[in-house]
Amino acid sequence: MKQSQQIAVRVAVFAGCLVPFLLLVWGAVTGSLGPDPAEAIMHSTGEWSLRLLVATLLISPLRHYLKWPVLLKLRRMLGLYVFFYAMIHLVSFAHFYVGWTGAILLEELIERPYITAGFVAWLIMVPLTVTSTRNMQRRLGRSWMRLHQLVYLAVLLACLHLLWQARSDITEAAVYAGIVTILLGWRVTRWWSRRSPSVVVSAGRA
Amino acid sequence: MAKRLVLPNIASSDITSESAYFNRRGFIKAAGLAAAPALLANAPGVAASATAGRALNYTKAKPESAGFHTSEALTPAGDVQSYCNFYEFGTDKGDPARYASEMNTDPWSIEVTGAVGKPGKLNLEDILGSFDLEERIYRFRCVEAWSMVIPWVGFPLADLLKRFEPTSNARFVAFKTLYRRSEMRGTRSLGSIIDWPYREGLRMDEAMHPLTMLSVGMYGKTLANQNGAPVRLVVPWKYGFKSIKSVVSIHVTEKQPDTSWQGLNAREYGFYSNVNPDVDHPRWSQRFERRLPSTFLSPNRIPTQPFNGYGEQVAGLYKGMDLSKFY
Repeated sequence: MKQSQQIAVRVAVFAGCLVPFLLLVWGAVTGSLGPDPAEAIMHSTGEWSLRLLVATLLISPLRHYLKWPVLLKLRRMLGLYVFFYAMIHLVSFAHFYVGWTGAILLEELIERPYITAGFVAWLIMVPLTVTSTRNMQRRLGRSWMRLHQLVYLAVLLACLHLLWQARSDITEAAVYAGIVTILLGWRVTRWWSRRSPSVVVSAGRA
Repeated sequence: MAKRLVLPNIASSDITSESAYFNRRGFIKAAGLAAAPALLANAPGVAASATAGRALNYTKAKPESAGFHTSEALTPAGDVQSYCNFYEFGTDKGDPARYASEMNTDPWSIEVTGAVGKPGKLNLEDILGSFDLEERIYRFRCVEAWSMVIPWVGFPLADLLKRFEPTSNARFVAFKTLYRRSEMRGTRSLGSIIDWPYREGLRMDEAMHPLTMLSVGMYGKTLANQNGAPVRLVVPWKYGFKSIKSVVSIHVTEKQPDTSWQGLNAREYGFYSNVNPDVDHPRWSQRFERRLPSTFLSPNRIPTQPFNGYGEQVAGLYKGMDLSKFY
Protein backbone atom coordinates (compact mmCIF):
# COMPACT_ATOMS: atom_id res chain seq x y z
CA MET A 1 0.00 0.00 0.00
CA LYS A 2 1.40 3.37 -1.01
CA GLN A 3 1.87 6.25 1.40
CA SER A 4 -0.91 8.23 -0.25
CA GLN A 5 -3.27 5.29 -0.01
CA GLN A 6 -2.47 4.90 3.66
CA ILE A 7 -3.27 8.52 4.29
CA ALA A 8 -6.49 8.18 2.33
CA VAL A 9 -7.54 5.17 4.42
CA ARG A 10 -6.77 6.98 7.64
CA VAL A 11 -8.69 10.07 6.61
CA ALA A 12 -11.65 7.96 5.54
CA VAL A 13 -11.74 6.03 8.81
CA PHE A 14 -11.35 9.23 10.81
CA ALA A 15 -14.27 10.83 8.98
CA GLY A 16 -16.38 7.69 9.17
CA CYS A 17 -15.94 7.40 12.92
CA LEU A 18 -17.01 11.00 13.33
CA VAL A 19 -20.32 10.48 11.50
CA PRO A 20 -22.32 9.13 14.48
CA PHE A 21 -21.21 12.15 16.52
CA LEU A 22 -22.12 14.59 13.75
CA LEU A 23 -25.52 12.92 13.43
CA LEU A 24 -26.12 13.43 17.14
CA VAL A 25 -25.07 17.08 16.94
CA TRP A 26 -27.30 17.55 13.91
CA GLY A 27 -30.15 15.82 15.73
CA ALA A 28 -29.68 17.96 18.83
CA VAL A 29 -29.67 21.15 16.78
CA THR A 30 -32.70 20.27 14.66
CA GLY A 31 -34.58 18.54 17.47
CA SER A 32 -34.83 15.31 15.51
CA LEU A 33 -33.52 13.15 18.34
CA GLY A 34 -37.11 12.75 19.47
CA PRO A 35 -38.77 13.60 22.76
CA ASP A 36 -36.15 11.79 24.85
CA PRO A 37 -32.72 12.76 23.52
CA ALA A 38 -31.17 11.23 26.63
CA GLU A 39 -32.04 7.78 25.40
CA ALA A 40 -31.02 8.54 21.82
CA ILE A 41 -27.63 9.92 22.88
CA MET A 42 -26.94 7.20 25.42
CA HIS A 43 -27.92 4.51 22.98
CA SER A 44 -25.90 5.83 20.06
CA THR A 45 -22.72 6.67 21.98
CA GLY A 46 -22.82 3.39 23.91
CA GLU A 47 -23.29 1.38 20.74
CA TRP A 48 -20.56 3.17 18.83
CA SER A 49 -18.14 2.94 21.67
CA LEU A 50 -18.66 -0.82 21.80
CA ARG A 51 -18.61 -1.23 18.02
CA LEU A 52 -15.33 0.64 17.71
CA LEU A 53 -13.90 -1.29 20.63
CA VAL A 54 -14.75 -4.48 18.76
CA ALA A 55 -13.12 -2.93 15.68
CA THR A 56 -9.86 -2.38 17.58
CA LEU A 57 -9.90 -6.06 18.50
CA LEU A 58 -10.32 -6.89 14.86
CA ILE A 59 -7.03 -5.19 13.95
CA SER A 60 -4.69 -7.91 15.18
CA PRO A 61 -6.37 -10.77 13.27
CA LEU A 62 -6.58 -8.56 10.17
CA ARG A 63 -2.92 -7.66 10.48
CA HIS A 64 -2.07 -11.30 10.82
CA TYR A 65 -3.77 -12.22 7.59
CA LEU A 66 -3.46 -9.03 5.52
CA LYS A 67 -0.19 -7.60 6.83
CA TRP A 68 -1.13 -4.01 6.02
CA PRO A 69 1.03 -1.62 8.02
CA VAL A 70 -1.72 1.01 8.06
CA LEU A 71 -3.82 -1.20 10.32
CA LEU A 72 -1.69 -0.48 13.37
CA LYS A 73 -2.14 3.26 12.93
CA LEU A 74 -5.88 2.76 12.55
CA ARG A 75 -5.99 0.92 15.85
CA ARG A 76 -4.78 3.95 17.77
CA MET A 77 -7.35 6.16 16.06
CA LEU A 78 -10.16 3.69 16.68
CA GLY A 79 -9.12 3.34 20.30
CA LEU A 80 -9.24 7.09 20.80
CA TYR A 81 -12.70 7.18 19.25
CA VAL A 82 -13.82 4.44 21.65
CA PHE A 83 -12.85 6.71 24.51
CA PHE A 84 -14.42 9.73 22.83
CA TYR A 85 -17.83 8.03 22.56
CA ALA A 86 -17.54 6.47 26.03
CA MET A 87 -16.81 9.93 27.41
CA ILE A 88 -19.95 11.43 25.82
CA HIS A 89 -21.86 8.40 27.09
CA LEU A 90 -20.72 9.03 30.65
CA VAL A 91 -21.22 12.78 30.51
CA SER A 92 -24.76 12.32 29.11
CA PHE A 93 -25.52 9.94 31.93
CA ALA A 94 -24.35 12.49 34.48
CA HIS A 95 -26.31 15.22 32.72
CA PHE A 96 -29.66 13.58 31.94
CA TYR A 97 -29.92 10.83 34.50
CA VAL A 98 -28.29 12.15 37.64
CA GLY A 99 -28.41 15.89 37.00
CA TRP A 100 -24.79 16.38 38.07
CA THR A 101 -25.57 15.44 41.66
CA GLY A 102 -22.38 13.90 43.04
CA ALA A 103 -24.08 11.81 45.71
CA ILE A 104 -26.53 10.27 43.26
CA LEU A 105 -23.82 9.68 40.67
CA LEU A 106 -21.69 7.89 43.24
CA GLU A 107 -24.64 5.82 44.41
CA GLU A 108 -25.52 4.81 40.85
CA LEU A 109 -21.91 3.88 40.06
CA ILE A 110 -21.63 1.74 43.14
CA GLU A 111 -25.07 0.24 43.53
CA ARG A 112 -26.12 -0.65 39.99
CA PRO A 113 -23.95 -3.53 38.81
CA TYR A 114 -24.42 -2.76 35.12
CA ILE A 115 -23.42 0.85 35.64
CA THR A 116 -20.45 -0.27 37.72
CA ALA A 117 -19.38 -2.56 34.88
CA GLY A 118 -19.65 0.23 32.32
CA PHE A 119 -17.88 2.69 34.56
CA VAL A 120 -14.99 0.33 35.27
CA ALA A 121 -14.67 -0.24 31.52
CA TRP A 122 -14.41 3.53 31.11
CA LEU A 123 -11.89 3.78 33.97
CA ILE A 124 -9.71 1.17 32.26
CA MET A 125 -9.79 3.21 29.08
CA VAL A 126 -8.41 6.31 30.81
CA PRO A 127 -4.81 5.08 31.19
CA LEU A 128 -5.01 3.39 27.79
CA THR A 129 -5.98 6.71 26.24
CA VAL A 130 -3.33 8.64 28.13
CA THR A 131 -0.61 6.20 27.08
CA SER A 132 -1.76 5.95 23.49
CA THR A 133 0.89 8.29 22.09
CA ARG A 134 3.95 6.93 20.32
CA ASN A 135 6.13 8.66 22.87
CA MET A 136 4.44 6.87 25.77
CA GLN A 137 4.58 3.62 23.90
CA ARG A 138 8.36 4.01 23.56
CA ARG A 139 8.85 5.05 27.17
CA LEU A 140 6.81 2.18 28.60
CA GLY A 141 8.35 -0.47 26.36
CA ARG A 142 7.20 -3.95 27.27
CA SER A 143 4.89 -2.79 30.03
CA TRP A 144 2.94 -0.79 27.44
CA MET A 145 1.87 -4.07 25.88
CA ARG A 146 0.85 -5.51 29.21
CA LEU A 147 -1.06 -2.35 30.14
CA HIS A 148 -2.94 -2.30 26.86
CA GLN A 149 -3.98 -5.90 27.26
CA LEU A 150 -6.45 -4.46 29.76
CA VAL A 151 -8.58 -3.70 26.72
CA TYR A 152 -9.71 -7.34 26.85
CA LEU A 153 -11.13 -6.75 30.31
CA ALA A 154 -12.73 -3.50 29.13
CA VAL A 155 -14.52 -5.17 26.24
CA LEU A 156 -15.81 -7.97 28.45
CA LEU A 157 -17.12 -5.41 30.94
CA ALA A 158 -18.72 -3.45 28.10
CA CYS A 159 -20.53 -6.57 26.90
CA LEU A 160 -21.66 -7.28 30.44
CA HIS A 161 -22.82 -3.66 30.71
CA LEU A 162 -25.04 -4.19 27.66
CA LEU A 163 -26.27 -7.66 28.58
CA TRP A 164 -27.15 -6.59 32.11
CA GLN A 165 -29.44 -3.90 30.76
CA ALA A 166 -31.43 -6.17 28.48
CA ARG A 167 -34.98 -6.22 29.73
CA SER A 168 -36.77 -8.60 27.46
CA ASP A 169 -34.67 -9.17 24.37
CA ILE A 170 -31.06 -10.28 24.50
CA THR A 171 -30.44 -10.53 20.75
CA GLU A 172 -28.24 -7.44 20.49
CA ALA A 173 -26.13 -8.25 23.53
CA ALA A 174 -25.78 -11.84 22.33
CA VAL A 175 -24.48 -10.72 18.92
CA TYR A 176 -21.77 -8.53 20.46
CA ALA A 177 -20.86 -11.22 22.98
CA GLY A 178 -20.57 -13.72 20.14
CA ILE A 179 -18.26 -11.51 18.08
CA VAL A 180 -16.10 -10.70 21.10
CA THR A 181 -15.90 -14.40 21.98
CA ILE A 182 -14.59 -15.17 18.48
CA LEU A 183 -12.05 -12.33 18.57
CA LEU A 184 -10.77 -13.20 22.02
CA GLY A 185 -10.93 -16.89 21.19
CA TRP A 186 -8.63 -16.32 18.22
CA ARG A 187 -6.07 -14.79 20.59
CA VAL A 188 -6.41 -17.55 23.14
CA THR A 189 -5.93 -20.19 20.45
CA ARG A 190 -2.76 -18.51 19.18
CA TRP A 191 -1.41 -18.00 22.67
CA TRP A 192 -2.12 -21.63 23.47
CA SER A 193 -0.51 -22.92 20.31
CA ARG A 194 2.61 -20.89 20.97
CA ARG A 195 2.85 -22.49 24.40
CA SER A 196 2.28 -26.13 23.56
CA PRO A 197 4.76 -27.49 21.01
CA SER A 198 2.42 -30.26 19.84
CA VAL A 199 0.23 -27.82 17.94
CA VAL A 200 2.96 -25.50 16.74
CA VAL A 201 2.76 -27.03 13.29
CA SER A 202 -0.77 -25.83 12.74
CA ALA A 203 -0.22 -22.44 14.29
CA GLY A 204 0.44 -19.32 12.28
CA ARG A 205 3.51 -17.14 12.58
CA ALA A 206 3.72 -15.51 15.99
CA MET B 1 -66.60 0.56 13.34
CA ALA B 2 -66.81 3.68 11.25
CA LYS B 3 -70.54 3.91 11.44
CA ARG B 4 -70.43 4.32 15.22
CA LEU B 5 -67.73 6.89 15.14
CA VAL B 6 -68.97 10.38 15.34
CA LEU B 7 -67.56 12.50 12.61
CA PRO B 8 -65.88 15.86 13.18
CA ASN B 9 -67.33 17.50 16.20
CA ILE B 10 -66.86 20.60 18.22
CA ALA B 11 -65.37 19.03 21.31
CA SER B 12 -62.18 17.82 19.77
CA SER B 13 -61.27 21.10 18.18
CA ASP B 14 -60.91 22.84 21.50
CA ILE B 15 -58.71 20.31 23.21
CA THR B 16 -56.38 21.97 25.63
CA SER B 17 -53.27 23.16 23.92
CA GLU B 18 -53.75 21.21 20.73
CA SER B 19 -52.71 24.31 18.90
CA ALA B 20 -49.73 24.56 21.18
CA TYR B 21 -48.35 21.19 20.32
CA PHE B 22 -48.85 21.57 16.63
CA ASN B 23 -47.48 25.07 16.57
CA ARG B 24 -44.45 23.87 18.41
CA ARG B 25 -43.66 21.55 15.56
CA GLY B 26 -44.59 24.22 13.14
CA PHE B 27 -46.95 22.12 11.09
CA ILE B 28 -50.50 23.26 11.14
CA LYS B 29 -52.91 25.29 13.12
CA ALA B 30 -55.33 23.40 15.25
CA ALA B 31 -58.28 24.96 13.51
CA GLY B 32 -60.12 22.44 11.42
CA LEU B 33 -57.80 19.67 12.45
CA ALA B 34 -60.57 17.47 13.73
CA ALA B 35 -62.06 17.49 10.27
CA ALA B 36 -58.77 16.56 8.67
CA PRO B 37 -57.26 13.60 10.48
CA ALA B 38 -55.19 12.84 7.42
CA LEU B 39 -53.02 15.82 8.23
CA LEU B 40 -52.05 14.21 11.49
CA ALA B 41 -51.09 11.00 9.78
CA ASN B 42 -48.88 12.88 7.38
CA ALA B 43 -46.93 14.68 10.06
CA PRO B 44 -43.35 13.47 10.32
CA GLY B 45 -42.78 11.14 13.21
CA VAL B 46 -46.43 10.15 13.31
CA ALA B 47 -47.05 6.80 11.75
CA ALA B 48 -50.08 6.43 9.59
CA SER B 49 -52.50 3.96 11.00
CA ALA B 50 -55.71 2.52 9.72
CA THR B 51 -57.69 3.39 12.81
CA ALA B 52 -55.92 6.30 14.41
CA GLY B 53 -56.88 9.88 14.09
CA ARG B 54 -60.63 9.58 13.73
CA ALA B 55 -62.46 12.08 15.84
CA LEU B 56 -64.32 10.81 18.88
CA ASN B 57 -67.35 12.22 20.61
CA TYR B 58 -66.69 12.81 24.28
CA THR B 59 -67.11 15.14 27.20
CA LYS B 60 -64.30 16.60 29.25
CA ALA B 61 -63.71 15.50 32.80
CA LYS B 62 -64.28 18.50 34.98
CA PRO B 63 -61.06 19.97 36.25
CA GLU B 64 -62.31 19.78 39.80
CA SER B 65 -62.94 16.04 39.55
CA ALA B 66 -60.22 14.63 41.71
CA GLY B 67 -57.29 13.44 39.67
CA PHE B 68 -59.11 13.47 36.33
CA HIS B 69 -57.33 16.53 35.12
CA THR B 70 -53.96 18.18 35.43
CA SER B 71 -52.91 21.57 34.18
CA GLU B 72 -49.34 20.40 33.50
CA ALA B 73 -48.17 20.91 29.93
CA LEU B 74 -49.30 18.17 27.58
CA THR B 75 -46.69 16.06 25.85
CA PRO B 76 -47.05 16.76 22.12
CA ALA B 77 -49.16 14.16 20.34
CA GLY B 78 -46.36 13.47 17.87
CA ASP B 79 -44.05 12.54 20.73
CA VAL B 80 -46.61 10.26 22.34
CA GLN B 81 -47.10 8.54 19.00
CA SER B 82 -43.43 8.20 18.05
CA TYR B 83 -41.85 7.24 21.37
CA CYS B 84 -43.47 4.05 22.63
CA ASN B 85 -42.84 0.78 24.34
CA PHE B 86 -44.89 -1.94 22.67
CA TYR B 87 -42.52 -4.88 22.57
CA GLU B 88 -44.79 -6.90 20.30
CA PHE B 89 -43.36 -4.66 17.56
CA GLY B 90 -39.76 -4.47 18.76
CA THR B 91 -37.84 -3.08 21.71
CA ASP B 92 -36.62 0.14 20.13
CA LYS B 93 -38.76 3.14 21.07
CA GLY B 94 -39.35 3.85 17.39
CA ASP B 95 -40.29 0.28 16.44
CA PRO B 96 -43.97 0.52 17.42
CA ALA B 97 -44.47 3.64 15.29
CA ARG B 98 -42.69 1.90 12.41
CA TYR B 99 -44.35 -1.49 12.55
CA ALA B 100 -47.60 -1.33 14.53
CA SER B 101 -49.52 -0.54 11.37
CA GLU B 102 -48.99 -4.21 10.48
CA MET B 103 -51.52 -5.05 13.18
CA ASN B 104 -55.10 -5.43 12.00
CA THR B 105 -57.51 -3.94 14.54
CA ASP B 106 -60.71 -4.37 12.57
CA PRO B 107 -62.71 -6.38 13.52
CA TRP B 108 -61.91 -6.28 17.24
CA SER B 109 -63.56 -7.70 20.28
CA ILE B 110 -62.83 -8.19 23.97
CA GLU B 111 -63.79 -11.43 25.65
CA VAL B 112 -64.93 -11.09 29.25
CA THR B 113 -64.76 -14.36 31.19
CA GLY B 114 -64.29 -15.84 34.63
CA ALA B 115 -66.04 -14.86 37.82
CA VAL B 116 -68.80 -12.89 36.17
CA GLY B 117 -72.53 -13.50 36.04
CA LYS B 118 -72.77 -12.86 32.33
CA PRO B 119 -69.58 -13.78 30.50
CA GLY B 120 -69.44 -12.70 26.90
CA LYS B 121 -67.86 -10.80 24.09
CA LEU B 122 -67.91 -7.10 23.42
CA ASN B 123 -67.06 -5.92 19.97
CA LEU B 124 -65.52 -2.57 19.37
CA GLU B 125 -68.74 -1.10 18.00
CA ASP B 126 -70.47 -1.91 21.29
CA ILE B 127 -67.64 -0.43 23.27
CA LEU B 128 -67.58 2.80 21.34
CA GLY B 129 -71.35 3.04 21.17
CA SER B 130 -72.45 2.18 24.65
CA PHE B 131 -70.08 3.85 27.07
CA ASP B 132 -69.93 7.55 27.73
CA LEU B 133 -66.53 8.70 26.59
CA GLU B 134 -64.69 11.24 28.66
CA GLU B 135 -61.39 13.05 28.24
CA ARG B 136 -59.00 12.83 31.16
CA ILE B 137 -55.56 14.32 31.38
CA TYR B 138 -53.25 11.98 33.25
CA ARG B 139 -49.59 11.85 34.06
CA PHE B 140 -48.04 8.70 32.58
CA ARG B 141 -44.90 7.42 34.28
CA CYS B 142 -42.87 4.71 32.60
CA VAL B 143 -40.83 2.33 34.76
CA GLU B 144 -37.83 3.48 32.68
CA ALA B 145 -37.94 6.85 34.45
CA TRP B 146 -39.50 8.99 31.76
CA SER B 147 -42.97 10.44 31.87
CA MET B 148 -45.57 12.18 29.75
CA VAL B 149 -48.84 14.05 30.22
CA ILE B 150 -51.54 12.61 27.97
CA PRO B 151 -55.17 13.55 27.30
CA TRP B 152 -56.85 10.16 27.10
CA VAL B 153 -60.36 9.55 25.84
CA GLY B 154 -62.13 6.60 27.38
CA PHE B 155 -64.40 5.43 30.16
CA PRO B 156 -64.01 3.86 33.60
CA LEU B 157 -63.12 0.18 33.48
CA ALA B 158 -65.68 -0.23 36.29
CA ASP B 159 -68.48 0.66 33.83
CA LEU B 160 -67.53 -2.28 31.64
CA LEU B 161 -66.94 -4.73 34.49
CA LYS B 162 -70.28 -3.92 36.13
CA ARG B 163 -72.05 -4.80 32.93
CA PHE B 164 -70.72 -8.35 33.18
CA GLU B 165 -71.77 -8.62 36.83
CA PRO B 166 -68.69 -9.77 38.75
CA THR B 167 -69.53 -12.48 41.30
CA SER B 168 -68.45 -12.62 44.94
CA ASN B 169 -65.37 -14.56 43.81
CA ALA B 170 -64.15 -11.64 41.77
CA ARG B 171 -60.93 -10.59 43.46
CA PHE B 172 -58.60 -9.90 40.54
CA VAL B 173 -58.81 -8.98 36.88
CA ALA B 174 -56.41 -10.41 34.30
CA PHE B 175 -55.86 -8.79 30.90
CA LYS B 176 -54.31 -10.03 27.69
CA THR B 177 -52.99 -8.19 24.64
CA LEU B 178 -53.61 -9.46 21.14
CA TYR B 179 -50.98 -12.01 20.12
CA ARG B 180 -50.67 -12.45 16.38
CA ARG B 181 -47.17 -13.43 15.31
CA SER B 182 -47.71 -12.68 11.66
CA GLU B 183 -48.59 -9.06 12.44
CA MET B 184 -46.25 -8.49 15.36
CA ARG B 185 -42.64 -8.76 14.37
CA GLY B 186 -41.31 -8.30 17.90
CA THR B 187 -42.91 -11.56 18.95
CA ARG B 188 -40.94 -13.30 16.21
CA SER B 189 -37.59 -12.08 17.55
CA LEU B 190 -35.42 -15.03 18.54
CA GLY B 191 -33.87 -13.20 21.46
CA SER B 192 -37.18 -12.17 22.97
CA ILE B 193 -37.69 -13.74 26.36
CA ILE B 194 -41.27 -12.59 26.95
CA ASP B 195 -43.85 -15.35 27.12
CA TRP B 196 -46.50 -13.98 24.76
CA PRO B 197 -49.27 -12.95 24.85
CA TYR B 198 -48.55 -9.97 27.06
CA ARG B 199 -50.49 -10.27 30.31
CA GLU B 200 -51.29 -7.83 33.07
CA GLY B 201 -53.49 -7.80 36.12
CA LEU B 202 -55.14 -5.64 38.75
CA ARG B 203 -56.74 -6.27 42.08
CA MET B 204 -60.54 -5.88 41.88
CA ASP B 205 -60.59 -2.68 43.93
CA GLU B 206 -57.89 -1.21 41.68
CA ALA B 207 -59.85 -2.23 38.61
CA MET B 208 -63.03 -0.66 39.98
CA HIS B 209 -61.28 2.57 41.02
CA PRO B 210 -62.69 5.60 39.20
CA LEU B 211 -59.22 6.63 37.96
CA THR B 212 -58.77 3.30 36.14
CA MET B 213 -59.97 3.68 32.59
CA LEU B 214 -60.21 1.85 29.33
CA SER B 215 -58.98 4.24 26.70
CA VAL B 216 -60.05 4.26 23.06
CA GLY B 217 -58.33 7.48 22.11
CA MET B 218 -56.06 10.37 22.92
CA TYR B 219 -55.99 13.98 21.81
CA GLY B 220 -59.64 13.63 20.84
CA LYS B 221 -59.07 10.91 18.29
CA THR B 222 -58.91 7.15 18.16
CA LEU B 223 -55.66 5.60 19.30
CA ALA B 224 -52.77 4.98 16.94
CA ASN B 225 -51.85 1.30 16.80
CA GLN B 226 -48.54 1.95 18.52
CA ASN B 227 -50.41 3.45 21.48
CA GLY B 228 -52.53 0.33 21.94
CA ALA B 229 -55.40 0.67 19.48
CA PRO B 230 -58.24 0.10 19.53
CA VAL B 231 -58.67 -0.19 23.28
CA ARG B 232 -56.20 -0.19 26.15
CA LEU B 233 -56.03 0.11 29.90
CA VAL B 234 -54.81 3.27 31.65
CA VAL B 235 -53.89 3.11 35.33
CA PRO B 236 -52.23 6.45 36.05
CA TRP B 237 -50.76 5.67 39.48
CA LYS B 238 -48.88 2.60 38.27
CA TYR B 239 -45.86 2.25 35.98
CA GLY B 240 -46.79 2.37 32.33
CA PHE B 241 -46.35 -1.32 31.62
CA LYS B 242 -49.42 -2.04 33.79
CA SER B 243 -51.49 -0.05 31.30
CA ILE B 244 -51.78 -2.96 28.90
CA LYS B 245 -52.37 -2.18 25.24
CA SER B 246 -54.64 -3.61 22.53
CA VAL B 247 -56.70 -5.63 24.99
CA VAL B 248 -58.51 -8.75 23.71
CA SER B 249 -59.28 -10.56 26.95
CA ILE B 250 -60.49 -9.57 30.41
CA HIS B 251 -60.67 -12.44 32.85
CA VAL B 252 -62.12 -11.94 36.31
CA THR B 253 -60.62 -14.34 38.79
CA GLU B 254 -60.24 -15.30 42.42
CA LYS B 255 -56.47 -15.75 42.30
CA GLN B 256 -53.83 -13.14 41.66
CA PRO B 257 -52.96 -13.55 37.97
CA ASP B 258 -49.42 -13.94 36.65
CA THR B 259 -48.19 -11.02 34.62
CA SER B 260 -45.64 -11.00 31.79
CA TRP B 261 -43.08 -8.83 33.54
CA GLN B 262 -43.37 -10.76 36.77
CA GLY B 263 -42.76 -13.95 34.85
CA LEU B 264 -39.69 -12.37 33.31
CA ASN B 265 -38.22 -10.90 36.45
CA ALA B 266 -40.35 -10.89 39.60
CA ARG B 267 -37.64 -9.10 41.56
CA GLU B 268 -37.76 -6.11 39.23
CA TYR B 269 -41.44 -5.97 38.36
CA GLY B 270 -43.92 -6.57 41.14
CA PHE B 271 -47.63 -7.24 40.71
CA TYR B 272 -48.58 -3.85 42.10
CA SER B 273 -45.93 -1.71 40.43
CA ASN B 274 -47.30 1.47 41.92
CA VAL B 275 -45.16 4.47 41.07
CA ASN B 276 -42.92 4.83 44.11
CA PRO B 277 -39.80 7.00 44.30
CA ASP B 278 -38.70 5.14 47.42
CA VAL B 279 -38.54 1.71 45.80
CA ASP B 280 -35.83 1.60 43.16
CA HIS B 281 -35.96 -0.63 40.19
CA PRO B 282 -32.96 -2.83 41.05
CA ARG B 283 -31.15 -1.55 38.00
CA TRP B 284 -31.99 2.13 38.22
CA SER B 285 -33.34 4.76 40.55
CA GLN B 286 -37.01 5.78 40.49
CA ARG B 287 -36.55 9.01 42.41
CA PHE B 288 -36.55 11.22 39.33
CA GLU B 289 -38.11 11.16 35.91
CA ARG B 290 -37.55 12.90 32.60
CA ARG B 291 -40.76 14.66 31.69
CA LEU B 292 -40.91 14.46 27.92
CA PRO B 293 -40.19 16.22 25.73
CA SER B 294 -36.77 16.67 27.24
CA THR B 295 -33.90 18.45 25.51
CA PHE B 296 -30.18 18.66 26.06
CA LEU B 297 -30.43 22.19 27.38
CA SER B 298 -33.44 21.47 29.56
CA PRO B 299 -33.49 17.78 30.44
CA ASN B 300 -36.72 18.37 32.39
CA ARG B 301 -35.68 16.09 35.18
CA ILE B 302 -38.30 16.25 37.92
CA PRO B 303 -38.82 14.36 41.18
CA THR B 304 -41.17 11.39 40.96
CA GLN B 305 -44.20 11.53 43.23
CA PRO B 306 -45.60 8.60 45.22
CA PHE B 307 -48.45 7.00 43.27
CA ASN B 308 -47.47 9.33 40.44
CA GLY B 309 -49.22 12.15 42.30
CA TYR B 310 -52.50 10.27 42.75
CA GLY B 311 -51.85 9.33 46.37
CA GLU B 312 -54.84 11.32 47.59
CA GLN B 313 -57.11 9.17 45.43
CA VAL B 314 -55.51 5.74 45.72
CA ALA B 315 -53.26 5.50 48.80
CA GLY B 316 -56.27 4.17 50.74
CA LEU B 317 -56.29 1.06 48.57
CA TYR B 318 -52.99 0.01 50.10
CA LYS B 319 -53.56 0.91 53.73
CA GLY B 320 -51.60 -1.36 56.04
CA MET B 321 -49.52 -2.81 53.20
CA ASP B 322 -45.75 -2.56 53.26
CA LEU B 323 -45.19 -0.97 49.86
CA SER B 324 -41.51 -1.87 49.83
CA LYS B 325 -42.58 -5.50 50.00
CA PHE B 326 -45.63 -5.28 47.76
CA TYR B 327 -43.93 -3.28 45.06
